[in-house]
Amino acid sequence: MTASAATLPPSFSSRLSTYFYLRPKLLLMLFLLPPLLWLGIVYVGSLFALLAQSFFQLDDFTGQVVYKLTLGNYVRLFNEVNLSIIGRTLAMATIVTIISGIIAFPIAYFMARYASGKTKALFYVAVMLPLWSNYLVRVYSWRLILAKEGAIHWAFNEVGLGWLLDWILTLPVVQGSSLSNSYIGTCITFVYIWLPYMILPLQAALERVPRSFIEASSDLGAKPSQTFRKVIFPLAVPGIAAGSIFTFSLTLGDYIIPQLIGSSRPFIGQAVYQFQGTAGDIPMAAAFAMAPIVIMAIYLSIAKRFGAFDAL
Amino acid sequence: MPDKSIAVSFRAVSRHYGAVRAVDDVSFDILDGEFFAMLGPSGSGKTTCLRLIAGFEQPTGGSVAIHGRDVAGVPPYDRDVNTVFQDYALFPHMTVAENVAYGLMIKKVPAAERAKRAEEMLAMVKLGGFGGRKPSQLSGGQRQRVALARALVNRPSVLLLDEPLGALDLKLREQMQVELKLIQRQVGITFIYVTHDQGEALSMSDRVAVFNQGKVEQMASPGELYEQPKTEFVAGFVGVSNLLQGEAAASVTGAARACSIRPEKIHLAPAGSAAPANAMKIEGEVESLLYLGANTRFDIRLPGGGHLAVMQQNRDAHFAPEQGSKVTLWWDKRHLMTFGG
Repeated sequence: MTASAATLPPSFSSRLSTYFYLRPKLLLMLFLLPPLLWLGIVYVGSLFALLAQSFFQLDDFTGQVVYKLTLGNYVRLFNEVNLSIIGRTLAMATIVTIISGIIAFPIAYFMARYASGKTKALFYVAVMLPLWSNYLVRVYSWRLILAKEGAIHWAFNEVGLGWLLDWILTLPVVQGSSLSNSYIGTCITFVYIWLPYMILPLQAALERVPRSFIEASSDLGAKPSQTFRKVIFPLAVPGIAAGSIFTFSLTLGDYIIPQLIGSSRPFIGQAVYQFQGTAGDIPMAAAFAMAPIVIMAIYLSIAKRFGAFDAL
Repeated sequence: MPDKSIAVSFRAVSRHYGAVRAVDDVSFDILDGEFFAMLGPSGSGKTTCLRLIAGFEQPTGGSVAIHGRDVAGVPPYDRDVNTVFQDYALFPHMTVAENVAYGLMIKKVPAAERAKRAEEMLAMVKLGGFGGRKPSQLSGGQRQRVALARALVNRPSVLLLDEPLGALDLKLREQMQVELKLIQRQVGITFIYVTHDQGEALSMSDRVAVFNQGKVEQMASPGELYEQPKTEFVAGFVGVSNLLQGEAAASVTGAARACSIRPEKIHLAPAGSAAPANAMKIEGEVESLLYLGANTRFDIRLPGGGHLAVMQQNRDAHFAPEQGSKVTLWWDKRHLMTFGG
């Protein structure tokens, strides 16, 4: 009689499975080690290298980095020109985030509450579709759309509102010869490019609000507007926070849109680009790069203070 | 002049979803101060009826009146009814006290008074001092009580309960049944209770409406429902089904009409025993038995091919047949229920 399968020595793969099954922590560590190394060394490590760079200074004569600790770059960061760059970027990021939130909410709400099956799939595709095409192509397209000869100016003229658009473009701050030369154009393009990043987390947050919450609120006497303010909106806040982190930080760091569309006054991203590229002043570029990091840290702590992450 | 003693009145109410008739031409009255259960299997229309009263659904035909007022087109927030939801639907971003005071806050009751009333109501559901917690810090049974307090604090004229005990374990469910009934007596509000659990419906309610396929099969007191079910469906759904049909029925009664006997009404005796006067008897064989502690449940095979469940109390030494034993079954004639024609 031959040995039955049960008495055969277990195969290598089954012994390996058993080995790891009995040592779940070892398996977890094996899985986590590569991403942790990546995150720790490549990611956080480079960030610290960047931070360290910002405390050195470029020798104006030799064009070489002098490895001596100094706060000179940060002093320069707070001069009038650089502060206005930071302020301009911050204002744009704030406005883009607010407008994205306002546009995204109804779309996300519809997707979460009413759309199902094919309609929902269609909405997902519609929201994501712009992400499938090249970023530069989309930005250049917007430059054409917003140009004096572009679709928006044409449409305003066709309906006899050309004067209104021209008047808006004479207003302080947003003035320009056309939308593509105005902050309005920059803002429209930013909102367009980052909108999916606001819609998707918002939709996910709203999806987690069961219908019975809305019914319960209504049952307890709340009109739809009260239900929105007291129940739906507070529960959507984590989604808004997540989405706004995307729109806010992406706007803070972008250097292509403000370069191609707008008033040609620089944003943080452009400043960093110029310092490290054109001027070769890597320490100053590093100091500038710290600005969005600090702003994001402040932003997140404010969001936390308002309970944006309580429901996570 | 509408009758003030009627809390909720359905007149030929239908709720159709396309071809699906969730509620189909239903009429009934629920009395003021009554504990009324709507019992039925899932999809029988009982929850839809509840939602029609709450205002989450509008009837496609007929009219619903609450305390004599036709509520067609009246949204939930303008109705004097409150609901305890199946999933409790407590707002996770608010504390227990804020949840309970939600309805009062919407009605712009001053903060001090609503805090006081919320605390009183929490004390009534035995959750005094829990006001500062979040719903996520409570057990299922505690959440259920918060949901009850949140609805009752508004002093509605009708309280709707949608399978409120469904998610609780058996012990807690039995305890809550007793408490719910006590609370209902205490507040004197009409309770309309939706459940698929016949035990719950029988133990708590003054009257029960049994739903089946969008219609009310029978509306009666629990006792009447159990002892005198009008239809085969009610006999089968309320209590243990002991339905005999066709040949099996004929072997017992001599006629092919469907009939049923409650398991606890049947006596077991050794094979060939004589039955008392006014009794019906039939011979059978024990196919299986289940010892349940207080009772033993026998499954008896009848010569006509049918089966009867027999529930015998394990009170003292008595006739205890084993599997395969031949037995005589007898019962008082008045306990035989016959249906249809």
